[in-house]
Order: sequence, then C-alpha cells, then structure tokens
Amino acid sequence: MKYSALSLLRAGLGGHKDWPRAWRDPEPKSHYDVILIGGGGHGLTTAFYLAAAHGVKNVAVLERSWIGGGNTGRNTTIVRSNYRLPQLHALMELSLKRWEGMSDEINYNVMFSQRGALFLGHSDSDMLQLAQKGDAMRADGIDAELMTRDQVARLIPLLDVSAGARYPVQGGLIQRRGGTARHDAVAWGYARAADRLGVDIIQNCEVTGMDITSGRITGVQTTRGAIGADRVGIAVAGNSGRVAAMADLKLPIESHLLQAFVSEPVKPMIDTVIMTQSLHCYISQSDKGEIVLGGDPDAYPTYSQRGAPHIIEKAAAEALALVPALSRLRMLRSWAGTTDMSFDGSPFIDATPVEGLYFNGGWCYGGFKATPGSGWLFAHLLARGESHPVAAPFRLDRFETGHTMDEPGVGPMPQNR
Amino acid sequence: MSGGSRLPAGGLIDRSRTLRFGFDGRDFTGHPGDTLASALLASGVRVFGRSFKYHRTRGLLAAGVEEPSALVGAGEGGRFEPNTRATDLHLYDGLVAESQNRWPSLALDVGAVNQLIAPFIPAGFYYKTFLGPPALWKLYEHVIRAAAGLGRPPHLPDPDRYERRAAFCDVLVVGAGPAGLSAALAAARSGARVALAEMDSRLGGSLLGDPAQIDGQPARDWIAASETELRTLGVRVLTRTTAIGYYDHDMVYLAERVVEPGAATGDDGIAQRMWRMRAGRVILAQGAIERPLPFEDNDRPGVMLSGAVRTYLDRFGVAAGQRIVLATSSDDAYRTAIRLCDAGVRVEALLDARSGDAIDADLLRRTRDRCPVETGVRPVRALGGAKGVTGLAAAAAGGAASFIADVIAVSGGLTPSVHLHMQAGGGLDWDEGRGIFTPTAPRQGQVSIGACAGRFGLADALSDAWRAGLDAAAATGGRPVADTPPRFEGRAFADQISAFVPAPGVNPKKVFVDPQNDVTLGDLDLAWREGYRSVEHQKRYTTLGMATDQGKTSNLIGLARLAQNEGRPAPQVGLTTFRPPFIPTTLGLWAGEDAGFHVTPLRRTPLHDQHAAFDPPWQAVGYWRRPRAYLRAGETLATAALREARMVRTTVGITDVSTLGKFEVSGPDAAQLLERVCATSVSKLAVGRGRYTFMLREDGLVNDDGTVWRLAEDRFLLTSSTGGADRMAGLISYVRNVLYPDLRVGAANVQEHHAAIAVAGPRARAVIAAVVEGMAPPRHMSLGRGVVAGVPVLVIAASYSGERAFEVYAPSHQAVAVWTALAEAAQAQDGGLYGLEALEILRVEKGHVETGGEIDGRTSAHDLRLEKMLNPRGGYVGQLAQQRPAFADPDRLQFVGVESLGGPIAEGSMLVERPGFAVQGHVTAAGLRVLEEGFVGLALLKGGRARPGDELLAWSPTRTASARVRVCEPVFHDPAGERYRD
Amino acid sequence: MMLIPCPHCGPRAHAEFTFDRPVEAITRPDDTADALVRNLFSRDNPRGHSRELWRHTYGCRAWIALTRDTATHAITDVQAWGAKA
Repeated sequence: MKYSALSLLRAGLGGHKDWPRAWRDPEPKSHYDVILIGGGGHGLTTAFYLAAAHGVKNVAVLERSWIGGGNTGRNTTIVRSNYRLPQLHALMELSLKRWEGMSDEINYNVMFSQRGALFLGHSDSDMLQLAQKGDAMRADGIDAELMTRDQVARLIPLLDVSAGARYPVQGGLIQRRGGTARHDAVAWGYARAADRLGVDIIQNCEVTGMDITSGRITGVQTTRGAIGADRVGIAVAGNSGRVAAMADLKLPIESHLLQAFVSEPVKPMIDTVIMTQSLHCYISQSDKGEIVLGGDPDAYPTYSQRGAPHIIEKAAAEALALVPALSRLRMLRSWAGTTDMSFDGSPFIDATPVEGLYFNGGWCYGGFKATPGSGWLFAHLLARGESHPVAAPFRLDRFETGHTMDEPGVGPMPQNR
Repeated sequence: MSGGSRLPAGGLIDRSRTLRFGFDGRDFTGHPGDTLASALLASGVRVFGRSFKYHRTRGLLAAGVEEPSALVGAGEGGRFEPNTRATDLHLYDGLVAESQNRWPSLALDVGAVNQLIAPFIPAGFYYKTFLGPPALWKLYEHVIRAAAGLGRPPHLPDPDRYERRAAFCDVLVVGAGPAGLSAALAAARSGARVALAEMDSRLGGSLLGDPAQIDGQPARDWIAASETELRTLGVRVLTRTTAIGYYDHDMVYLAERVVEPGAATGDDGIAQRMWRMRAGRVILAQGAIERPLPFEDNDRPGVMLSGAVRTYLDRFGVAAGQRIVLATSSDDAYRTAIRLCDAGVRVEALLDARSGDAIDADLLRRTRDRCPVETGVRPVRALGGAKGVTGLAAAAAGGAASFIADVIAVSGGLTPSVHLHMQAGGGLDWDEGRGIFTPTAPRQGQVSIGACAGRFGLADALSDAWRAGLDAAAATGGRPVADTPPRFEGRAFADQISAFVPAPGVNPKKVFVDPQNDVTLGDLDLAWREGYRSVEHQKRYTTLGMATDQGKTSNLIGLARLAQNEGRPAPQVGLTTFRPPFIPTTLGLWAGEDAGFHVTPLRRTPLHDQHAAFDPPWQAVGYWRRPRAYLRAGETLATAALREARMVRTTVGITDVSTLGKFEVSGPDAAQLLERVCATSVSKLAVGRGRYTFMLREDGLVNDDGTVWRLAEDRFLLTSSTGGADRMAGLISYVRNVLYPDLRVGAANVQEHHAAIAVAGPRARAVIAAVVEGMAPPRHMSLGRGVVAGVPVLVIAASYSGERAFEVYAPSHQAVAVWTALAEAAQAQDGGLYGLEALEILRVEKGHVETGGEIDGRTSAHDLRLEKMLNPRGGYVGQLAQQRPAFADPDRLQFVGVESLGGPIAEGSMLVERPGFAVQGHVTAAGLRVLEEGFVGLALLKGGRARPGDELLAWSPTRTASARVRVCEPVFHDPAGERYRD
Repeated sequence: MMLIPCPHCGPRAHAEFTFDRPVEAITRPDDTADALVRNLFSRDNPRGHSRELWRHTYGCRAWIALTRDTATHAITDVQAWGAKA
C-alpha cells in the first residue's frame, strides 16, 4: 500500500487493520546474486539501489539483530556536506542530493529537515578557516554562506554572543541545505522500499563465517544456515574488524565510541544545527522538542557501547558555554555508538583482496549523513565490479600508497580526530 | 464532590507550618514535608497537565520519580525548570509552578482537538504522510514542532552553581529503604567506609508510613535509630541524592539536589551537586516500581497506582479521593485498602484479577473485614471524562459491574528497578509467573537486594540485605560482625501475577501504556502488524518508553504485549537497554564547574599584564590569548598592524613569543634523540649554534617546525610552534620513552619555564647590545648568554620576520623586567611593540611556512620545499612513510607564492582558472608588501612548484572577493637573506 | 569511567589518562617501510583482550601498557613502559 495522506485517512476509517508489513520476513534462500552483511542504513540503501538503479533484485540483507540497530539508530541525525576536501565534497554532496529526494523516492517520510547546519566561528582565525571551507564548498558547487555575528544572533537568539564569553561568537558558516532527519525512519523506509523490489531482509541472522575458495567468495555461513552468493558486501559499522576477520582481512580501522544525549522535550528553542570551529560539541532540536547534543569521542578502542561520563560532562559544559539557557534542561537519555575509525577520517568503499567480497566502512563518526550516498556508490561497485568515480578515492589500500584524505589534517591516530 | 483532601491527622508533614505556593496563577498552601503533588492533591486538584500528542488531561499516576504525567514548569526567570515531576518536587515557600503543553489554559486547550483526529494519527502516522519535497515538509514541520515539546524552554542564563565532587567509599548503598538500611548497617558495623544515597529527603523508603514492626519497634522508630547509628558510625548519608549512572569500574554518579528545582540557593549559590563516587562494592537497593493495569481510558485523572495512594495517605496525610475503588493483580493493593479503611477513607471495593484461592486467606479475611473484596474481577473501563474519573466498569466471569469512584487505585504488580544493575553490564532473568525481570550475572562490584532483586517480602529483604552488607564489607577489607540482622516478624504478603493482558472485550486502542506520549496497546499492535517486531522497533516506532519517565511504568507492559503478539516468552523478544541517567538530570549539573567561561582553561603568558595594559584585540591561539596589535588612537587593526610591520622592517620591534613550544634535551644521547624526533640533522650542530628544523608525523607528513640549539655538547633547546607545542611534547616523550627507552637522555618541556621575547629589525642588534650585559649580540643562528636588568637570559639569533632578529629567553617569573628593558631600548631606537598581525604580515612576506597554515597536516616536506633539509642519514620519525608512492605524485598541493595583479587577496580563497572551474589550490595566507605597494600571499597549489608564472584567480565566493594572481617563489622580501646575516 | 592502575601512582581515574595505540601499532624509524604500513595502518581491532599503550598524561606522564577487554573494559594487566627512572 502506497503511503499518502489519503491512504492514512482511508486506513483511519477502517481502524488501521489493513496496513501490510513494511517489509516481509522471508526465509533465506540458498543463493543470492548479492548478499549484504549488515542491515543498517548503509546496507539497506545499498540493497535498494542495487535493485532500483542496477536491476539486481536477487539480493539479501543479513542482519544479526534488528535493522537499523547499530549506528543508524545511535547518532545525532545531522545531515550536511560542509566539508573541506574535494573528495569528501563529491561524496557528501552526492549523498545530500539523495537526501533531498529521499522521502519521495522511497515513499516514506524520513523527516529530512533542512534547518541549516551552522558552524560558529569564535575568532578571526576561525572565521578565516570557515571562509576557506565555504569557498571550497562554493567552488565545488555546494551551498555555503558566511554569516555575521548579528545574523547568527538573530538566527539563534539564545546563543551567548557577548564579547566576554570564553568563546565569543564572531560569525558563522551556514549550509542551509543541511539539517537533520529521523534516523530510524531511514532504515525502515529503505527496508520497505527494497523489500518491494524483491530484496530479502533477513533479521536475526548473524553471519558466522565466509566461504572462500581459491581467493573467491562463494557464500556465507549464518546462524540460519549457509547461504550462497556471487558477491558479498560488508557494511557493518562497529563490527567491521570482526566480520573482515572471517575473510582473514585486517583493516585500517580501530573501533572507538561516540556518545550523544538528548534533553527532555521542550517547545522550540533552537532552530538550526549548531556546530563550532573551536569547541567540539553540536546542538540541535528534534521535531519532538528534545535538544540533541554530542561532543568529543571517547578516544580509545571499545566495543562496549558504554561511554565514560567525563566526556558527557565536557560536551554539556561546551553546550552551556554556547547556549547558557540549556542549563536547566535535563538530560533524558544518553547513548553510545561504536565508530569504526579509519586512519585519515575518511571511509572505504572498495573491493577487498578476496574476489567477490566488497567492503564499506570506516565512516568514523560521519556515517549517518552519508547513508544514501554510501548505498548508491556501494551498489554501483557491487553491481558493476568497479568503483563509481566518486567512490574511487576511498580505497582500502590508500595507506599503503599514501593517498590519504585527512580533512582536519590530524594524522593517523584515531584518538586525535 | 470528588478529589483529594487532607486528612485531619497523619503523615510526615509539619502541620504547624504553612507554605504558600502558586500553580497556574492560583494560590495554594501546603506544609513542609509535602511534595507539589501531595499539596495540590490535598487541595482537590486533579488535573496537572496535558499529554504530548493528544493533549488529554493528565493527573497523578504515581508518587515518586516514576511519574509519567504530572509535569510542571517550576521556578521563575533563570531558575525556571520545565518538565519537573510534581511528585519529585518537594514543596518550598514561594514555589511558582505552571502546567504544560496547553494553550491557552489547562482547562481549555486548543491542542485537545488532536483527540478528535486521533483515529487518523496512530503510531508512526508521520512516516506515511507529509511526503513530497523537503521544502514542503519544512512547512508541515513548523506546525508539528510548535505542537510538540512539553514545557516552555528556559531562555535566561542560570544564576546558580553546580558543584562536582569526587568521593570514594568501600561500600556504596543505593537506596535507603529497609533493604538499603539493613545493608548499610551491616557494612558499617563491619568497619567498611559506607556511603548511603537516598533520592528522597528522608530515609526509610517503603517503610515510611508502614505499620510494620522491625526488631520489635515501629518501623519509623527503627528508621530513626538506624539513621542515628549510621551517622555515628561515620557513614556518609546523602539524602535527595539519586544514583543516576553506573559507569565502568564501579564509578557511580550521584546527583544531589541541594535545593529543589526553581528554588533560590543558599549563600554558596549551589543548586545541585554531582558526586563521582568510586566504590569498592555497590549494593543496589533501589526498590521496585508499581505498574498500572490495562483497561480503557486508564489514562484519565484519578487513575493512580495503589502504592501511590498509600504513600499520599501515610506520608502526606492526604486522601487521594473521596470514594476509592482498587483494582489489582497483586497483594499490594490489599495493604492500600486496609490503610485507607483504617484512615476512614471510603473504599468502594477491591477488585482482584486473581481467583480467591490464589490469595492468602489471612490477607483476604483481614481486608474483607474492612471493605468489599471481589476476586476474579478485572477492570474494563474508567468512567468519566477530561476532569477525572467518576467510576470503574469491571468484568468478572459471571458478568459485569460498575463502581462509583473518583480514584481508581491500580496495581499490576511490582517491577524491580534493575536500571543500575543493567547500566553496570549485569544480566537479567525472566520470571514468567510474576511478570518481572530479576538481576543476575553482575559484571562489576554490584549486588542487588530487596525489591530491586525481586525479593518483595520485607523479611527476605532485611536478611538478604544484611548478608550483602557483610559480604561487601568483607570484600573491601572489613571484618563482618556477628550481630543478627534486623527482624520483621509479619507475613510477607508480596505475591503478584503478571496482569498484562486486558479483560476480554477491552478495546486496545483505548488502553494507554505510555500516558505521556499517548501510546496505546492499539499502537503497539499496529506496529507489530506493520512488522516492527523487535522490542527496539516497537519502542522507536511508537515512542513507547521514550517520554521523560523513560517508561518506568510502561516498558514491561509494552514488552509483554509484544511477546503476546509474537507468541513468544518475553525474554525472547528482548529488552530495551537502560542507559544513564536513571532520572533526567540538568545539563547544568553535568557541566558542573566547567560551565560558562570555565569551559576550557585560559592560558596567559608571563607578560600578559604588559599586553593587557594596552587593551589590545586578542587572538585565541589554542588555550592562549595573544595580542594582535597595540593600537594607537585612530588606528584600525589593519593600520596598526601595518605600522608595526613597517617599524620592524625599518627600525626595531619586540614581541612576546612565550607561547612557543620549548624543550630542553640533555644527556649523552641527546643528539640521537633529536635526530629521531626531527627530520633534519642535528648532531652536526656546533655548540652555541642553532638551525631551523621540522618534524614529521609517523605518516610522513610535516608535523611542526621550530629551531634547535646546541647549548652544550650534550644539551639542546628545541622550539616548536605554539599550536604544535603539546603535540611535540607528546611526540618527544613517545620517541624517548616508548621507541628508544635505552637512550641516555632526558627531555623536559620548558615551555612555561621561559618567557621568550623576539627582537627584530635593522636596529635589533643595537637593542641587544644596549640591554644585554656580558655578551656581544650573537651572529645569526648562534646563541649567547647575558644578563638583562639583573636577570640571566639566553639570547638566540634567529629570524622569523626576515630582519636581523633575536629571541631573548628569560625565566618566566622574571620576564617582566626583561620585557620592560627591551621595550625601552626599542623605543630609544624609534621602535616599539608589535603584535601577532604584524608578525603574520612579516612572515608571509618572507615566505616562512606556518603550522596551521601551510603545515596543514596534509603537506609533505617536499610540498613545503623542505626536502633538501631532510636528514640524509634517515632514522627519524616519518622517514619510511615518505617512501609511499603518493609522496612522489606531481599533482600534490605544493607551497608557492602568489602576487596579486590587482587588489588584495582574500585569505583562504580558492585558486581557479575562472569561477566555476576546478579548484587547483588555495591561498593559505594573504598579506601585503610592507614597504612597497602590492598584495602578496602564500598558497598551496596543485603541482605548484613547477608552475611559476601561471596566472590564476584567487576566488572567494563567500566573500564575493577575487583577485588575479601570478604564481611565484614563496619569498617576497630579501630572498638572499642578506638582511639578517652578519 | 575506568579505574586505571598506574604502576607508579596506583589506581587513578580514566580521565587522567590518554590512549595512544595498540601495542601492535608501535613502529620504529628503523623498521622497514612494509612493517610500518602493516603495523601502523592495520589493526586486529579485537573485541576482547587488547594490549594497549596508554599514557598517564594528566598524572605522572608515564607510559604504560594495559591489557584491557574492549568489550567489558576489564583491565587484567598493567606494565610500566619505557625508561627506568
């Protein structure tokens, strides 16, 4: 049933009894053209675009638990393409354009809200950095505007713009097309859309091994039996190392953790996504009214999904330094996601040394915004066996060759990122 | 007449004093010991607020922190706190509170129109509609956002302080109910350092108001005696303190309310305090939370938890209603019924879903002595409307009946509070019969006792707790005492059955599970039908349990519904994870003392006051602030900077460079260490000489640059950039201690030991000669030692500006005298002070690379034209990584100069053929010729080293600025270096 | 917040320490280029026991090697690292 206001009205009159399942619950087949390991946003979008853009419909998405349960459901929902490096411009802008058509494309309202993504500058040197970033974006065809302090103050009246602030606001760089989306809806919407095109979404199906003969993958072992495949794509943020190890691969990835938290819901108080050039916190308000906050990563390897509280304390302090009126809002919920940190901060979308096995990962803490672009590019790679030009730089062997893409220029240690 | 009222006697309130407060503009009174909820209930108020989605009226469900519905805004001005639970707001004189999520008033609320369209807006409706382009969604969204949210947002800065304290104990006991008290007594008597955290304002928990006798004395007396003993034994007793997070290695965060939400603080200005409590063992005695029963319109004001009705009675002396009907599936409601009857409150009936033979005969008899008890009866529908319930329709096997009541007290059994146990990584067991999860497999030093362990009986709780207290003490070095545990000699009466399934015929769409977010059983069923069948999908799709109460009364009911729909036992469909905080906690408390200006430290150089006297514009450089220029009357920053730069080019200037990184490396292997850290050679340096150097990262890219000086055969001074100083400190320590621990060398970070003052300009030598005693000005890249104003100094001759220049190093605490002497001498030479802007103009014209500019973490030595300086012997950090093919790529961004063919160049602009063409590079620093006309800049350009003469556009679309530029060698001033050599 | 047993200072809060790298990722300038790429730029990234180099940065500043479980954060071993004082 197509979703629309009309269908909702009709269903309402009938007591909502006839809504079909958003996606089926199929038994795994014995063989697929393509298997995607990981039912998060990246795996599901890949499956959808394999079917929708490449006609590859004999596809299964294998999810060990419930779809969207990894980082897709554990982020701060920010979508933007305001990067500095051209390779990331191409990648994130391709993604942002897909976000703009997403709800219609998959007939599922993902509540992509282009409220603007604003980077605050706190000094003239911050402002020069932002101008450089903005110029780089504009030169690559991406929207960006510098804002004065007064413009920023009008946009976010609760911001402390006083000169005596520890981080006085000098202005900002806004990407008006940036914003937020309803994270869970992305997984559900793509699952439903992919399912309609024949993709099998198989939950509670954990991959336990890979069948590799003479350097070529022929299928996977799972908790629901062996499943054959011509090609297998890995998109398992937070478990990349573990899954790759099944194919005897070591990755240029270290798994760290990023925490985030929300306040209790209040009526509208912050209209835009706020980030800052000098501090490491980001603030937005969800449609529900919760203030969503994030800060520094917990800079050590962990799979625990349990963060350390002093990191939260710092993020809260930074948020309050920017918006003092947040002080009496209460933190309602905190959570943590496992971030697969690459050694230059950029992701991988590439073939592996095992023939037929492909890898998508290393998104650090920037994977959510890239979801549809990542799927689009990974589907291209899986369908055609070669990289889309936009994905071409995101190779797995780039640390061997030195072709790294280090946006902040902080070098190979993930904890410095 | 319906609603609550104050009973003539009873309760732990101080009736001799009256507190005045306001709610929605009306004046009320209450007593010390009241909560806002009990005081309003005593005044007959039934409606406290409106729900999130349908704007249905909401009253009190609970009496504690689990309250999902009765939320208010508390306080005024900068102390205004939205979404405050009325049940967890202890009354104070002058409290101002307001109801929420209603407009224009609580009684007349426009948003209530949503109830009419409720059939069309079930769970997840928004995913199915408002489709179309994002611009259209933004229109809808504007309306949705205004309707969403609960309280109004604070908009003023918070006037109060939040304190953070670190504390340690052997045994932390969370919760001071009977179990917690018993455990704390056992541990403290056994010699353990004990801390006891209780979220209420007094100890006792469920015993407060309980007529039970412990150790032969009334419970209240036992509580008082226990408290006295605990305090005598030195136990840290923290009341109004909630354990909100159980973190790694038994670190428990305790949030203490020093004053109530919205209340004025005392003299110390502290509103709340966060205890970072590190415990040897943690005894969790958090108790249990009662859950409601599923029936139609069970969200109406007047439907209350049985235990809450009892609490209002015993604790606050308030009858929750005039005529009360109880519906239950547990023994708990019997205790309530008996207490109500004994207090003279009219109980219409107690309806028990269980059959008569499943209930303790003695309990049944004692209750029937006081009020009608019907067994095998289940509630079907609350009667009444928005103003509150008027009765209850119920069903039994034999037929239906209805009861008139203004309060329906419900008990669906107790749910152990396993939150902290789970936060600590512990596991859970499922008890199908009672419908509860109980803690198992603790991962850290935690043990759960009493009701939060599923041990609801008082006698069990006391004895388990005692044992846990002794064990915890023993585990942390105490000596368990042989005393006997506190004894309770009554019957347990703590049976319950799971009662998740509504009576036959009940319409699930009218049964509320989450009354704040308006999630009904019908919503859960819809989610299940649509395939949202994991417990997390159900939660996220319907928003069940995501309200401000985090599902404390609703999660298990939702889980049970899912299990029922799935036809599988509850544990198999999963459980949503409990994460900190246990109760919502203000961001101000999390930020603690680091809020506002103290969010990060501010570093000041030893000469800060000398700069501040000029009130200069400051530049933030990491944690430092450096003066940008010393403006004279009528000058702008730009004109002042240019004046200062010209001064340096023509006479002499002095500037504070104390923020530079400085390291002293000494020992027989000092040169060896430096040749690992630095990419240039060092060991060939003669004593008394210095050189420019730079360091690479392990990935072969340039990390930082500076100078290195041989102070003695085995002693060096290494400087680095301000921004790179901390990084270099880490690198040096890593190389020295991790990579080459056997080197005989020590490395000390002396950044703050020495102030550093640069003296630059054609007359710099004259200044040094005039001021420094006992030393002739050293030659370029040499050093000398002398005395300035009685202060011993080290003088090195190195130039950043392109002029003859020196850096004078003086002990930080004596730097002011040196600065003053140098400044006076400079003035005597028609020179003066210069700031960061002039420094930048000078270095751009001279073409020096800068960390943060051209050294951007992506450039190699070759990119920066430094490759000839690489140590040919190798062996330095980053050497190997440079051998990777990308380092030989001719298209890398390389360091060049750009000369403007017209006006100024915007720093940061892109280098393109024409607007719209591919980016070839960018301007890293823009400047001008100091003494001549013309604008120049430094840039990183694709293949730039091979492109002198190319013309490009330096284009800044965000600033609508552009300038034609010609690529050139990156040095615009004295390319041969004649001005600073001797 | 972990409690990290500094061999020099005793147990101290995690906030005083910084993680540097897994011990396997330590490479020296006198290694080969291949070893550098292999050690510095790829990881076992284990879920479970991991031997890691940490530094008591905001304490005694010494380097230490921890054996730590990356899933539970249990610390089973700690060694002083580097030069003897």
